[in-house]
Amino acid sequence: MARISLEHIDKVYPNGYVAARDLSLEVADGELLVLVGPSGSGKSTVLRLMAGLERVTDGVIRIGERDVTDLPPQQRDIAMVFQNYALYPHMTVRDNLAFGLAIRKQPRDIIDQRVNTVASSLGLDALLDRKPAQLSGGQRQRVALGRAIVREPLAFLFDEPLSNLDAQLRVETRVELSRLHRKLAATMVYVTHDQSEALTLGDRIAVLKEGVLQQIATPMELYQRPANKFVAGFIGSPSMNFIEGVIQRSDATVAATGMCTFKGVDLTLDVPCDGNRRGRVFLGVRPQHIEVSGDGENAPRAEVGVVEPMGNEQIVYVTLSGGDKLVAVAPPEEIIRPGDTVSIHIRPEGVHVFDAETGKRIEPSPQRV
Amino acid sequence: MARGGRPEARGAFAASGKRDAVSGRLHRRATLVNWGGWIFGAALVLLMIFTLFPFYWASVASFTSDAALFRDPSLIPGHLIFDHYRALFTDRDFITPIRNSLVVAGTTTLFCLVVGTLAAYALARIEFRGKAAIMAFILAVTMFPQISIVSPLYLLLRSLHLIDTYPGLIMPYMTFAMPLTVWVLTGSIRQIPKDLEEAAHVDGASRRQSFLRILLPLAVPSLATTGILTFIYCWNEFLFALSFTLGPERQTVPVAIALFRGQYQVPWGEILAAAVVATAPVAGMVLVFQRRIVQGLTAGAVKG
Repeated sequence: MARISLEHIDKVYPNGYVAARDLSLEVADGELLVLVGPSGSGKSTVLRLMAGLERVTDGVIRIGERDVTDLPPQQRDIAMVFQNYALYPHMTVRDNLAFGLAIRKQPRDIIDQRVNTVASSLGLDALLDRKPAQLSGGQRQRVALGRAIVREPLAFLFDEPLSNLDAQLRVETRVELSRLHRKLAATMVYVTHDQSEALTLGDRIAVLKEGVLQQIATPMELYQRPANKFVAGFIGSPSMNFIEGVIQRSDATVAATGMCTFKGVDLTLDVPCDGNRRGRVFLGVRPQHIEVSGDGENAPRAEVGVVEPMGNEQIVYVTLSGGDKLVAVAPPEEIIRPGDTVSIHIRPEGVHVFDAETGKRIEPSPQRV
Repeated sequence: MARGGRPEARGAFAASGKRDAVSGRLHRRATLVNWGGWIFGAALVLLMIFTLFPFYWASVASFTSDAALFRDPSLIPGHLIFDHYRALFTDRDFITPIRNSLVVAGTTTLFCLVVGTLAAYALARIEFRGKAAIMAFILAVTMFPQISIVSPLYLLLRSLHLIDTYPGLIMPYMTFAMPLTVWVLTGSIRQIPKDLEEAAHVDGASRRQSFLRILLPLAVPSLATTGILTFIYCWNEFLFALSFTLGPERQTVPVAIALFRGQYQVPWGEILAAAVVATAPVAGMVLVFQRRIVQGLTAGAVKG
């Protein structure tokens, strides 16, 4: 196993499309790093750069201590699981698993032994003589996984491996992958566009947007201290609410409490601030931090549009009188119907402030008590 | 196909018989399906007659004596006469043209497949400048009317002392067969998912290994198809074969058949017998390869 490091990677396609810009990140030995982002964010390209299937325009890639920037994929000793599995259709499952070892001219008995071990650990024993066309989606997925494991590579790369599975199988395979990661203690890089997959699987998560790294952090930190408005909106479900408004500084208050006054169209709120900012900001509030209730006199009032019952909670879409739209999560026992007028309360501890121009997070001032 | 459709149609009828209340729409649909089946079947039969009749007629005529052929030709074979076939191989030495055709068409096909596959791989998989221009140029080569290049080719071959030799036919044949091979194969290689070769690279295969062990086996069905097309093309070619050979030693089947006709009479029986003999190996080859083609197509699934 080995660490992977990208140092100032640029990838520009001949048609001028920039897939990665000055990207630096490091995957520690034995770590599972998830690359996440919307489509077109360059996450798959970054994975293909690590695999050597694409050449970097600029920058250095290291696997272990070795500079592999100019090495073709076959000399990098990494394994990759493709989105559509890419099993060799003319070979049996056994030959698919053995291919990487056979190409490296391993002795026959070692190949057989390793193929059998991996096959039984993945429950593929009975399928070894079948062709990929005779397998179900989940079985193909496991063969693709087995083909990667059997080679005992320096690192594993996964390109949205679960996206072709149905919902239930996806959750099961996710758990299986997590277990596998712990068992092999292998370095893994995992690409997905699904933020919940990222949060559940990753030791750390790197969020990409248009080829630029937005933030790399543990799932908890990403959720609790998103570095900018994009990360805040991308991570978490339902998505974070953003309310535009201005920060009004009152030096005395800041000094005393570390709080500023946020003024939006409908809301006025005390929020943490760094004490030297004044101007347009976005207030970010997760739906879980908005309370919706039928009573409450002074709180701003809103009209309920849609209610989505989820069983353990309900997702409520409301519109404030000034036109701001918010999403809130309410406990299941609360009786809320579309068309109701409700009052909303924002819990101040769950509030994030982002600069309206740069989108960057504004940290609370350090002197806050 | 007709067999597969029938039980379904019968089922629909049974349902409409049982439940008359609902049957208005159902009945009409069942009738429609049935009519569609009949029309489809009839069309198939017509098409079969249209394509097979000439061959049937030729076969029957080849087993009929000359006298009967000219007096009252019949479409239903009476008693079979093998005279024409016997004449073909005793009086006329039809073995030589068949051998010539096999050598020329076979060698051309082989060359085309080997060179064509490599060219098609490059055109389908490698990015390089002027790819579109090369594709267009290859196509343009086939655009020349054959008759317009016969004379220059003749002069060229004569100066190379290749008139009336196998290479003297194989090389001109490649001018029209190679572009066909390259175009068809480029198209079919593009259809093979690139992921497979990438997976092989990551697994440790070099470009050559991934070509030989992944791409080539997957391309076998299209190689077979292209090979058959090329072979038939060369097998039936007439103009070049007539122009670049001098005597029966190197003449191919079409030329030999064309030269059957004497000064005073056309030996229809023998010509038709020769046509049957010339068609049989090609038809047989297609039937043999067909299984391979279908096999390859069904095993090609990649995604779930």
